[in-house]
Amino acid sequence: MLLKLARQSLWHRRGTVLMTLLSLTISIALLLGIDHLRLEAKRSFTSTVSGTDLIVGARSGQLNLLLYSVFRLGNATNNISYQHYQQLSSHPQVAWAIPMALGDSHRGFRVIGTNGDYFRYFRYGQQQSLSFAKGEAFSTVYQVVLGATVAEKLGYQLGDQIILSHGVGAVSFTQHKDQPFAVVGILAATGTPVDQSVHVSLESIEAIHLGWQGGAPGFGKKPKLNDTQLQQLEPKVLTAFMLGLKSKVATFAIQRQINEFKAEPLTAILPGAALAELWQMLAMVENMLLLVTLLVLIAALIGMVTTLLAAMKERQREMAILRAVGARPWQLFCLIQLEVFCISLASIGSALLLLCGSLAVLQPLLSSSYGLVISWLPWHGHTAALLAALLALALLLGAIPSYLTYRQSLAQGLTVRL
Amino acid sequence: MPAKPNFPALELKNFYFSYQGPTAFSLQLPDLQLEVGQHLFIRGASGSGKTTLLNLLSGIHPLSRGEIRIHGALFQPQKAARRDLMRARDIGVVFQQLNLISYLSVLDNVLLAAEFAGSRAAATIQRAQMLLTALGLEAALWRQSAVNLSVGQQQRVAIARALLNEPALLIADEPTSALDADNRDAFIRLMLSEANRCGTTVLFVSHDAQLARYFQWQLRMDKLADGIQPLAAARQTEDSLCC
Repeated sequence: MLLKLARQSLWHRRGTVLMTLLSLTISIALLLGIDHLRLEAKRSFTSTVSGTDLIVGARSGQLNLLLYSVFRLGNATNNISYQHYQQLSSHPQVAWAIPMALGDSHRGFRVIGTNGDYFRYFRYGQQQSLSFAKGEAFSTVYQVVLGATVAEKLGYQLGDQIILSHGVGAVSFTQHKDQPFAVVGILAATGTPVDQSVHVSLESIEAIHLGWQGGAPGFGKKPKLNDTQLQQLEPKVLTAFMLGLKSKVATFAIQRQINEFKAEPLTAILPGAALAELWQMLAMVENMLLLVTLLVLIAALIGMVTTLLAAMKERQREMAILRAVGARPWQLFCLIQLEVFCISLASIGSALLLLCGSLAVLQPLLSSSYGLVISWLPWHGHTAALLAALLALALLLGAIPSYLTYRQSLAQGLTVRL
Repeated sequence: MPAKPNFPALELKNFYFSYQGPTAFSLQLPDLQLEVGQHLFIRGASGSGKTTLLNLLSGIHPLSRGEIRIHGALFQPQKAARRDLMRARDIGVVFQQLNLISYLSVLDNVLLAAEFAGSRAAATIQRAQMLLTALGLEAALWRQSAVNLSVGQQQRVAIARALLNEPALLIADEPTSALDADNRDAFIRLMLSEANRCGTTVLFVSHDAQLARYFQWQLRMDKLADGIQPLAAARQTEDSLCC
């Protein structure tokens, strides 16, 4: 009976109820959205690289090295010698090494020069290895393997020809037009920056920069090389390299050795520690966002209580009638609480729908623009508890008009004069 | 008329209420009994304590001292929950105006009385429909929202609701104040006629002395010590309304 009364009463006041519902829906969607983004970003973030024990680059801060080597963001402070890479990667404790040469791009996507070990040893998420959606790894120069997002966004298929640009901007004035690359493989989506990378061999990077001086095309005639010569090109510099060690116990010792490497100033970082530090920096922003959202939510809840309080005056007669037909004061209290419950529950439902819809629409954009692969379902282990807490808070605040109704029904009885 | 227990419909003993607030107030009535089917006209000016009396008789407020019995069952003093249940079952209330919950249909408004008395069943719905028909509200109106009715129609729906549970008492708080003279007279006749059919005793509160002619008994708020007094002139009118 009370449920029917609550439902019909809310329908009767649907104008104001709808506005309250809308404001609560937006607030709850914001809260859940930020919580979801935070967790998904953290998941996506921490699963960017796994199984790599050390990342080595030119001497710089660990965050900078992490950003350009893993997230393809920003630039290296300097290059490192290929010879030193070979020296360090042949250390008896090193199980594998993945070289990375950055600095070129294709239509805004970073090009990474590497070798076959990249596809063999690179791990992300829960020790997942890279797999090919189509084609295979490059085997010679002028062949390219595309990340899933690059292929999808630019509509490339196997066999297509692409031109690389010098530099990492979305628009480049220096293009390696004379040396097109053929797409030989497309990687399966990983939800990591790999999806937004264009992979070529180190020899290819050398080949397109033949005759270049000081980072710009030379004025002299570009040397013509046959296939065999191209295959034998050896890079002189790298941007960074990843190391997998035979024993985790040796990690700190190797890190120290690299950091104290006399021949060249290098920095070796532990990706896990660097990721945690970077996330820690972002956590402050995330907490601020959560706080603001929480305040917005409380404001919306107060708005709901205000609406109910404002309606109380006009509902005095209704309460008197209910008392006259035998409703007990606690039933009137429950009636208002039921209305609060219905509004809150409907708001939670609409917020979840709104969020799922928005995420489904924004998913491709977030993936292509920010490399964030976000699930469209904003549900985590603690979401039920969060929503229950929210409902409890709504009922707690809703207890104010409910209690006033209860008190009023006791004091005024059947005698409301309008 | 349905069979009722062999007790007075309403019985007051040592009835006393006092309110110790900024405006101290007390109300004392001599012992009185109203038999089944006897209708009482309670007459009093504004501020004479009619409202307080109604709240006490309907069990909304507890008595300070004394007893109220309905059909022999103790109504006051009782726990609030018991009073609420007895009010739902044994008392019907018709207000001065705005008797209906605007967002409910006519039929749902009537059935409210049964809901809180815990007696909603197919038979109750049938009875509600029968009452509405008897009060001149045709079936086309039953599913309509209460706000679509005229004041007179709303008051008739209120009577249907008040009588749905065949209560011992019907408390009517100036229910004719919003009606013109013709509608007022028709309304009172209809109300008393239906009350008689249900075996319900009516307590009719009004400041309008003209309405006393419809009742057998009168209680004047300015002469509470006199208790209920017979209104001989009304007897003939009352008899003519009896079914």
